[in-house]
Amino acid sequence: MLPGIGTLIQDMLWCFCQMKGTIEFGSTEADIISTVEFNHTGELLATGDKGGRVVIFQREQESKNQVHRRGEYNVYSTFQSHEPEFDYLKSLEIEEKINKIRWLPQQNAAYFLLSTNDKTVKLWKVSERDKRPEGYNLKDEEGRLRDPSTITTLRVPVLRPMDLMVEATPRRVFANAHTYHINSISVNSDYETYMSADDLRINLWNFEITNQSFNIVDIKPANMEELTEVITAAEFHPHHCNTFVYSSSKGTIRLCDMRTSALCDRHTKFFEEPEDPSNRSFFSEIISSISDVKFSHSGRYIMTRDYLTVKVWDLNMENRPIETYQVHDYLRSKLCSLYENDCIFDKFECVWNGSDSVIMTGSYNNFFRMFDRNTKRDVTLEASRENSKPRAILKPRKVCVGGKRRKDEISVDSLDFSKKILHTAWHPSENIIAVAATNNLYIFQDKVN
Amino acid sequence: MSAEIPEAASAEEQKEMEDKVTSPEKAEEAKLKARYPHLGQKPGGSDFLRKRLQKGQKYFDSGDYNMAKAKMKNKQLPTAAPDKTEVTGDHIPTPQDLPQRKPSLVASKLAG
Repeated sequence: MLPGIGTLIQDMLWCFCQMKGTIEFGSTEADIISTVEFNHTGELLATGDKGGRVVIFQREQESKNQVHRRGEYNVYSTFQSHEPEFDYLKSLEIEEKINKIRWLPQQNAAYFLLSTNDKTVKLWKVSERDKRPEGYNLKDEEGRLRDPSTITTLRVPVLRPMDLMVEATPRRVFANAHTYHINSISVNSDYETYMSADDLRINLWNFEITNQSFNIVDIKPANMEELTEVITAAEFHPHHCNTFVYSSSKGTIRLCDMRTSALCDRHTKFFEEPEDPSNRSFFSEIISSISDVKFSHSGRYIMTRDYLTVKVWDLNMENRPIETYQVHDYLRSKLCSLYENDCIFDKFECVWNGSDSVIMTGSYNNFFRMFDRNTKRDVTLEASRENSKPRAILKPRKVCVGGKRRKDEISVDSLDFSKKILHTAWHPSENIIAVAATNNLYIFQDKVN
Repeated sequence: MSAEIPEAASAEEQKEMEDKVTSPEKAEEAKLKARYPHLGQKPGGSDFLRKRLQKGQKYFDSGDYNMAKAKMKNKQLPTAAPDKTEVTGDHIPTPQDLPQRKPSLVASKLAG
């Protein structure tokens, strides 16, 4: 099994592995997947949806007999993480949609994850139970209390095996700390703290303390009329527990060091690409809004996603990105209708592969794109039910921009803008990817020869 | 692009014409402004951001509702047009206007 180190895009073929979710009618808005995340070993894959539910898949152990079929992901646990709420004081409806899930590194037999909706972050513990105590003195086998006067002997309860049960319990609820809508959560490398970011503020929490959090960034202007930008995403550095970045709706990224001051309103580094003022249009600011920011695994680079591009920045160079990749530049001539149908505000995420050599992001028509940073080659693939035969190799897709359309190509006007791939995830060390296409989760693997 | 640009066209007009041809983005902007002439002078600015920050706002006020009910004992409360799906501050909403929020009791289909 090859780890994802230096595999070239043209040598790498992706195969369909699994599809989760219903294909018949009957899927509701609640089924729309809103976040996907592998845990640190890749053994578990979590999804959150608009209905506030979390489903965790676990990779099955590979059998020695079927080497060509790598472990499949099967349902491990599912629970209702968040419920819809109504804030009567502010006349505000609070959606139960899970905005983000982040795993904690595993420190004992149980698994821990953070899940958040717009207002409340929760720490969930997922643990297995395969033994049950039997032989209580004061209770009978059904749990009913026994009459103490009937007890004549004493026995020691023993643990007996039982069918595996996976339980999810909420261990902490971090509430009432955000006036605006939470867009990001990020676990710190110290494993003791994490941050939650909303449109205007970022808070630092300790996992053990739920009734207090430190505000570390506050960009709310004294006069809301002067509001010009909001925070769109935030993440801790993978190794330096004092460093984090946050992106804005104006296309800028700020890196902050918590050692400099308690309130990190003044950034340590400011990343912005200069813009040619003659190119400026009504849409410029909207399409420059960063929808996702991710540190590379190495911690040397950050990747940002705006409406039309993915950019890679070197932390040591603030004045421009080192790489820019066009995701779907053909949409530039469609911006008017994309503004009218609100698609221009879609928030796409982006991910690194385990070795930081390939980056991936979604697009419309259930297309998703991969860019090899070394060879500069890219590929467009599609998550579709038609390509859902086991181990079927995904064929590269191409969008025809103008002129003659070849047989396999699709024209820009035929793209389905309701089929958007906003959320994808890449296994931390292998070439396994999870792609959320509305209410279906696709798992693809690279072809093993 | 026509080769016969009239002599009288100013340099500015020429550049505008060139922009529309060379920049698809500017052409789209022109299209949008043609459809919505009053579109914000501050593009991408406070209007968008404030709308984003106010997501989820519903305007049912039990005080308003009860006072309106008391004042207009026999008459109907002013209600929204039947096709209006969004409850705004313009009319007195009734509890029926607000969409019912039920928690998801059904398990996710991904787990099926």
